[in-house]
Amino acid sequence: MSLRFQRLLLILLTLVIILSAVLLILYNTRENVSYFYTPSEIDKSEITIDKIIRIGGFVENDSFNKISSSSFKFRITDERASILVTYNGILPDLFREGQGAVIEGAFVDKNIFNATNVFAKHDENYMPASIKEDLKDTGYWNKEYK
Amino acid sequence: MKFLVNPNKFNEIADYIFKPILILSIVLFALGLLFALYLSPNDYQQGSTVRIMYVHVPSAWLSLLTYAVMSLYSIAALAFRIPFGYIFNTAVAPIGAVFTLICIISGSLWGKPMWGTWWVWDARLTSVAILFIIYLIIIFMNLSFENRVVREKVVAIFILVGSVNLPIIKFSVDWWNTLHQPATISKLSKPSIDPTMLTPLIIMTLAFMMIGLAISILRIKTEIISRKSNIS
Repeated sequence: MSLRFQRLLLILLTLVIILSAVLLILYNTRENVSYFYTPSEIDKSEITIDKIIRIGGFVENDSFNKISSSSFKFRITDERASILVTYNGILPDLFREGQGAVIEGAFVDKNIFNATNVFAKHDENYMPASIKEDLKDTGYWNKEYK
Repeated sequence: MKFLVNPNKFNEIADYIFKPILILSIVLFALGLLFALYLSPNDYQQGSTVRIMYVHVPSAWLSLLTYAVMSLYSIAALAFRIPFGYIFNTAVAPIGAVFTLICIISGSLWGKPMWGTWWVWDARLTSVAILFIIYLIIIFMNLSFENRVVREKVVAIFILVGSVNLPIIKFSVDWWNTLHQPATISKLSKPSIDPTMLTPLIIMTLAFMMIGLAISILRIKTEIISRKSNIS
């Protein structure tokens, strides 16, 4: 085995070891690395009142209620569980029913989540606005596109 | 392919290709901006703001590509004793840092109107911030050692350790819940971007590549000269 090949092997082996060490750490701390919980990850029995967390999911259809000009009520869902959210403040432009959103705040009791921040989440699909109109006209508009 | 490892051969080739690459990058930028700002449609969801993508995504790709190439040159330099790898790393690190900074700034400007925030500490944004810090550390290490031979090796090893961050950046949006959306282009199914929006994205990426290459050539030539005259 030539010297340069030995050095190459040593470097690659070290890299693999470092990478697996880092990945192990990240894997075991994944709950802290994740930016938000989904509604179904939140176990109703273990809700801590007033602890600041973030939940993410879709704004449930037909759940959005405007109470006053800056006070809103809606549900966040991941199709398996849903959580009632109240919010006082300004909503981002993209926020609407069926749209992804991440909510920062705390549970005020077991069933009501009071948001202090609302972020809109958009998906990885990009499409010209004119095509959406065409699809809607022809009835091919698919809920999958959100 | 000798010019990729031999400073003298590199200089010869560089003198031939520098001007064409620079002209090509200017043409591609003009064409890319024309497509990005006028000839591409608004997004169905994000409207005109989607045009930030045509700067944000190429700079993000290039920041990763630059680091990946630096890692390859570090391996070449350490394992195969190719000094050109050290020259390359010293010259190119600031370019990668600038691409990362462009990516972070344009991402902030995109995040504010769409997400409702300039910055969040989710896995994708944090790992890119770490990439920027790694670039800065490389630049400062390159400025701070008395002994060049020691410095080069330490920096190359540091670059390789930092390369662990690259897969984390790439897969952060798949492994963890993030505010940042998952990849559009490199997912296994068909890219979910309309061809009219993919065209400016590809042209802008090529333009970023060419300008990066042109500046790299200049900086590598400067580095070779300064080493020959023993300035650094």
